[in-house]
Order: sequence, then structure tokens, then C-alpha cells
Amino acid sequence: MMKETKLRIEPVSETSWILYLGEEIDVHLAPLIGQFSERIANRCPEVIEVTPSYTSILVELDVLHADFDKFPNRVRRLHSELVQGKSDDSSRLHLLPVYYSPEVAPDLIELADHCGVPVEEVIRLHSSCEYHVCAIGFAPGFAFLAELDERIAHPRKTTPRKKVAAGSVGIADRQTAVYPSESPGGWQIIGRCPELLFDRMKDPVSPFVVGDRVKFEPISKDEYLRAGGEIGNG
Amino acid sequence: MNICVREGRSGMVKGLRVVRPGIRSELQDWGRYGFAPQGMSQGGPIDVHAYAWANKLLENRMEAPLIELTVGRATFQAEQELCLALTGADMQARLDACPIEHWRTFRMKPGQILTLGAARDGMRAYLAVRGGFQVPSSQESVSTVARNRMGGLEGDGRSLQAGDRLPCLSDHGSKCGSAGHGLASLGNVRVPPRMIPEYRQSVCLRVVESYQSSLFSSSEMDAFYRQTYSLSALGDRMGARLEGAEIRVPSSGVISEGLALGSVQIPPDGQPIILLNDRQTLGGYPKLGCVARVDLPKLAQLRPGAQVSFVPVALEDARAAWLGFCRFFVR
Repeated sequence: MMKETKLRIEPVSETSWILYLGEEIDVHLAPLIGQFSERIANRCPEVIEVTPSYTSILVELDVLHADFDKFPNRVRRLHSELVQGKSDDSSRLHLLPVYYSPEVAPDLIELADHCGVPVEEVIRLHSSCEYHVCAIGFAPGFAFLAELDERIAHPRKTTPRKKVAAGSVGIADRQTAVYPSESPGGWQIIGRCPELLFDRMKDPVSPFVVGDRVKFEPISKDEYLRAGGEIGNG
Repeated sequence: MNICVREGRSGMVKGLRVVRPGIRSELQDWGRYGFAPQGMSQGGPIDVHAYAWANKLLENRMEAPLIELTVGRATFQAEQELCLALTGADMQARLDACPIEHWRTFRMKPGQILTLGAARDGMRAYLAVRGGFQVPSSQESVSTVARNRMGGLEGDGRSLQAGDRLPCLSDHGSKCGSAGHGLASLGNVRVPPRMIPEYRQSVCLRVVESYQSSLFSSSEMDAFYRQTYSLSALGDRMGARLEGAEIRVPSSGVISEGLALGSVQIPPDGQPIILLNDRQTLGGYPKLGCVARVDLPKLAQLRPGAQVSFVPVALEDARAAWLGFCRFFVR
């Protein structure tokens, strides 16, 4: 079911509008924001960039080919078509294998201790629900996934690590994510996915779009290694 | 964008060779658009005015790839007959031993050496070749974004290095610099002197108020416009960091949202950051508006310690100015 929302449209700069679809983070907004962004990009030739996020979409127009002032009405029409139309729930489900082990996940044991649950329960809770891709940012292909079970929610590390391995699965508050490539980062690392989630030679460079769903599947060390996974921190 | 590298008669790709890349030399084109949904930065020239003139002088497309030089101290060698243009900060360019002016086209014969010293009056210069450097694009652009490991000569986001060879179209038989073409010759085209900017180290930038501006108290907005900031040495292509009296932020953060070029972001320490071409796509700090795009080139040429102040501008005025800029440069 598509979430019914109010649309607030505000100018941001001489080329950009921002569309707000909600006032607070709500995972059920993600499919609407994903589909709305795609529609704007596909149906408005004067649009050169859309940046979807948790509650908003930033839209940049080509100043030479756009009627800046007419844009809000155009967008309102697309929005009502989308909300009134039958939800074509086209959001894809990605199944991602994860090897949950201190061998590849430096924060797994500490997080379990902090949350007061056994490691096996951290793994079960993390891998038992479906997450929505609510935003993609921070780095190319870095998908913010919500909403994590509050029993294993944990804040970011006070000092970020200088190096987090590609594929690392992290937790920050009630969100989880997979680092698509090696980078600095402050999320609590509880596992590692052997799949390559960012490939600059491919188009798209990452498999996710806002509104997609993700589910994690625990795998054994053997399966992880057979899928090309590596042990060690980089 | 298709990869189109025309080869010389010998079958070897020829063009411009990087002898010394200097402090930082990067390939840039108009930028990478359409990939923000995957978290990729736009990139593109920090000083879009000097960039656009370099291409216009050569009758290139606005999107043609060229070299952005930061600070300078670089050396290049021609491997074939080339027609180039140099704009932006004065880096005391020399062709072999002869000084050459900026803001004009010039020719290089095979073997000739172009040397650039340290920038004297600004920070960045732009070196373009007729037809643009013939470099394969990655995700529809050659713009180098180091932090995304995207773009550049090999598509991995690295800056130019000594020994890199930048393929160029063959310039034999073109009108570039050849005698007898009169005004049509591209060998000696200049930017009209009145259109060459003077890079000052004290600038006033116009701001379109937007985003969370209404959440800042009026006394904080007044303070923002009243004071003079100094440009920090910590800035980069992601953002220009300013130092001055602290602006109190209305809240510690907002829900992460898309960041427009030139956004004025106020982090918890109250020191503004103006987000530039390599900014991340999303951010969660309060923003009070965006610097007018036509003013960003002034910021691009500032050195650390330079003075920056702000003045509000109406959205319509900022848009009219940007539209004028684009109409002038896009053919």
C-alpha cells in the first residue's frame, strides 16, 4: 500500500526545488519516494538530477530548458497520479548473504554484551526482518536500511575507524547498512557480506534504489569463503 | 558519451603528456549528472567561469573535458601539433622559454614544453585543448571525484600523474593557428580584457535563503550577514570552510536531505561550510540557503585566509544571472 502524504515544495537555489513528503523518518515513505523520484526523472526532461532521501527529494533543473515556476504544478500532478494510481509495488527484494563472526566483525561480541543479548540472538534479530532502503548516500552505493529491531540498536562508535572493509555490515541506532567499498566509518560492524555491492565498471554501480527491500541471510564460514569472501580486515 | 579516440597515422594515440602534474591536476568536464540516486557526487569545475571560457575560446562544447590545475607547478609536453587555451589564475605560463598570456589560445608544436609556476593571484587555472581531451567517460562523465574513486584518465578517480598521456584530436589541417584564416583562426583568440576577472582575496557572496533559513533566529541571520569570515586552509573540493564568530544553530541536525551546489551548511560548531562540486549527495546539518552560482567562481579562486562576507539576494535575480551565464557559454 502506498502511503498517503502531503507534499510541500520549496525552492532551494536558482536551479533546484526540494519536495518534502513527510516531516519525520517513516520507513513506509521509502517506496513512495523511490517511485516518485523515478517518475520525475523519467517524465520531466528538464530535470537533470534527483536526490531522494528519507523524507524529501531534491530536484535540479536545467536552467536553459526549464520553466522554473511551472515545475511545482507539474510535480503535484505526478504526485497525485502516483498516490491515486494502483500501487504497482515494484520494489525489489535483495537477499544478501552475511557471515556473522568476530573473524570479520570486530564489534559483534561487544554489541551483544552492550545490548544484553547472546550473539546468536543478535544474528537472529538482524537477519529475521526485511529492511527498506530509505536513502543512499555518504558514499556511492551506501544504502541506509531501516528499521532495525530496537533490542539490537546501538549508537555509532565515538571515534570512527580509519578503515572499514568492503562488505562490512554495520549498525547505527535503528539503521543497518553494508559498506559498499572500503572506507572510514563509525558503524558497529557485526558481519560481512561477500558480494560486491559497488562496481564502478557497472551501470548501475550499485544494485539498490530507494524503496527497495533487503533481507540478510546468515551463512557459514565455508559458504562465505566459497562466495569469494575474505578473512581479515581489508 | 561514446569513447572516441582518433589515432594518428602511426597508429599510436598522441596528445599531451604530463611531465609534472604539480600540486593537483585533474580532468574535469561539466560534471556527472543522474547518479545522485546511487550516492555519487556531481564533480565538475570549481571555477565554472574560467572553465567555460577555456572551452569557448576553442569553440569546444561546454561539456568538453579539460585539466583543472590547483595551485600549479605543472609541466606538459605536446606530442603532436595542438591548439590550447589557458584561463584562470595566473601561473606564469611559459611555452619553452617564452612567457605566454592567460585567457587566450596558443599553439604547441610536437616536443614543445608548457610550464606553469605557482598561482600568483588566484588558486586554479584551466587548460583546454581543441576538441577536448579524448578520455573515456565513467558514468557519462570524465570528471574526477577522488572520494568516489570515479572519473579521470583511468576512471578510478586519481589525479593526473607524471607520464600520463592525454589523447587529443589531431589538429593537422584545422584552422587552429594556421595563417590565412583571418579572424576565424583559433590560434590567437583572446577573452576581451573587460571580461577577465580580477581575483580578489576579499569577496562578498550573494545568498539565496532557503532550506532551514526560517529556523535560524533573525539575530543569528543578521550576525551571519554582518560579519566577515576567513577562509580556512582545511577546505577542499567538497566544501569551503569558513572561520568566524559562531552562528548558533536552531537544532543539532535535520533529517538527511539532498545538498544543492553552494549550500551554506552550519554544523554544530557554528562555522559555515559552503558545499562545492565534490560534496556528498546527502547531509543532515541545518542549511540557511545557497550561494548564487555565478558567485561561486569568486570563492573558487580564494586562498586560505581570504575574507568572505555574505549578502542576501532574491531567487529571481540569482536565477536571471545564472541563466545569462549559461546562455552566453552554451552554444
